[in-house]
Amino acid sequence: MNWAAALQLALKALWRNKSRAMLTTLGVIIGVASVIAMVAIGAGAQKRIAEQLESMGTNTLGIRPGSVTRGGVRTGMGTVTSLVRTDADAIRDIPGVIAVSASVRSSVQVRYRGTNWGTAVEGVTPDYIDIKNWPVAEGEFFTDQHVLSAAHVCVLGQTVARELFGLANPIGETIVMKGLACKIQGILSEKGASAWGSDEDDRILAPLTTVQRKIMGIDYIDGIEVQTAGREETYQVMNDIKKLLRQRHRLMKDQPDDFRVFNRAELAKTSEESAKVFTWLLGSIASVSLLVGGIGIMNIMLVSVTERTREIGIRMALGARRRDILWQFLLEALLLSAAGGVIGILLGLGGAVMLSRFSEFPVSITPWSIVLAFSFAALVGVFFGLHPARKASRLQPIEALRYE
Amino acid sequence: MAREIIRIEGLHKTYALDGVEVHALRGIDLILEQGEYLAIMGPSGSGKSTLMNIIGCLDVADEGRYWLNGQDVMQLSSDQLAEIRNRELGFVFQNFNLLARTSALENVETPLIYAGVNKQERRHRSQQMLERVGLGDRLYHLPNQLSGGQQQRVAIARALVTQPSLLLADEPTGNMDTATSAELLVLLDELNQEQGLTIALITHEPDVAARAKRMVILRDGRLESSS
Repeated sequence: MNWAAALQLALKALWRNKSRAMLTTLGVIIGVASVIAMVAIGAGAQKRIAEQLESMGTNTLGIRPGSVTRGGVRTGMGTVTSLVRTDADAIRDIPGVIAVSASVRSSVQVRYRGTNWGTAVEGVTPDYIDIKNWPVAEGEFFTDQHVLSAAHVCVLGQTVARELFGLANPIGETIVMKGLACKIQGILSEKGASAWGSDEDDRILAPLTTVQRKIMGIDYIDGIEVQTAGREETYQVMNDIKKLLRQRHRLMKDQPDDFRVFNRAELAKTSEESAKVFTWLLGSIASVSLLVGGIGIMNIMLVSVTERTREIGIRMALGARRRDILWQFLLEALLLSAAGGVIGILLGLGGAVMLSRFSEFPVSITPWSIVLAFSFAALVGVFFGLHPARKASRLQPIEALRYE
Repeated sequence: MAREIIRIEGLHKTYALDGVEVHALRGIDLILEQGEYLAIMGPSGSGKSTLMNIIGCLDVADEGRYWLNGQDVMQLSSDQLAEIRNRELGFVFQNFNLLARTSALENVETPLIYAGVNKQERRHRSQQMLERVGLGDRLYHLPNQLSGGQQQRVAIARALVTQPSLLLADEPTGNMDTATSAELLVLLDELNQEQGLTIALITHEPDVAARAKRMVILRDGRLESSS
């Protein structure tokens, strides 16, 4: 029996029971559609997390002052002033380090003419915006020269600019922080909320030295941001920094670190990992419904084999071999599941697109989920179609013919 | 001497019916030559259908030998038996056994599908065969739109479309009135006389058996007399 004839037979048989075929397919349609929609939702979440991590700066390390023990008293995290700017300069020489920025941070009440706004000023060096992957939107960032001379300049985050100037252009204007007048050089691009929910745009950046000396009156720093050449280098760099800082801070072997190094790459990996698990979880829950759809196919095919026992007998009497009968029923099951697969894919894609259009939920349609769902559907067809088809093909011709 | 189509020697068949062993055939010897028209008669329960099923390669004997066109059927696999049913044999059943909700033409085409004949030739040969049995104007009718006599003609067309060497008819007129039955028997006569088709027919009606050239009677699993 050739393929065209076999296919025609299967299609005709399904056509004779249109409503039954459609209802059977519905199970697969729902299964495939939900796999695609669920994976799209999971992948969307994964993508959003990846974007957030990207905006935090990739391959970056953060160094913060740690706790020290003096005379048996352990101070809290970040309360010591162990980090200084020369630490940052020394770290710059470690191989694998691309950029380093020391930073200090202070909350300030900033005034511009009649209005004022409570925010934070951060003293940084020009490397900062590279490390944070945070370009200026308008104007210019300050230079190393500005840092060297502790110039009275600053760059505003979008939130601060909006609160103080509304729609007016702030560049060239002068704001006052703790009595210090600073000229606005530029405005940062919008960064949105951080992964922890705080508004990243609610800040002012100024040269490190300006904030250190003229606003805060300190000579230590609050933290160091380090960018490494890549994820692989990050661990080595981290160890090198630890060694270097212990040496610079003259810590004895039995003394704990007076600083902490945070690996943002590690954080990124963990979040991505959990998003991936989330996607798989959603996908596998949806797969259960696909499985149920497959069982529906098997169920209906078993009924069909029983109903058509006589037909099978007639076909065998006319010369159908066992494999002809096997293929006839298997092909019917495959057609059902393939039709369910195609319609399910369209429905799932449509659902995902609708969801992303009418809700805030991020949705990302991945080709592999389509391929996976369709091949799973086809596999379901083979798996659950095989049993009824074998049952049909193993009938004895004479018994099948006599079946009432 | 004409070619032997069937040679059967010492055929035995026992089957279990509701837990009781029924010894349906108790040593059958039978030779059927090309162009013969044989009627197998016997009361119900005499083993007629069992014999017919074995001759038709739908069932296998427990004991004995059976050659069909010189081929030892007892040695064949189920696929080879299917091929023999397809190429060498044509069946006509008492209850027609047409595929339901399938047109007359498609019913006749079915054995050609399994013979691997292409669609165009299938169409052509089936149409010709239906015209031969007088149903050229009923090609696309479904079995339930045809009378009993017409359905049996479709069945005959289907049995003959592969040009088998033997037509097996199991009570072909059993479900028909006298007039329809007579028409059908005329058709079988024609096929036998004009085209030299070998026919083996089962019946319990003496007047049907009388049309055949030779008659055997099966009683209690044995062929009793032959004429």
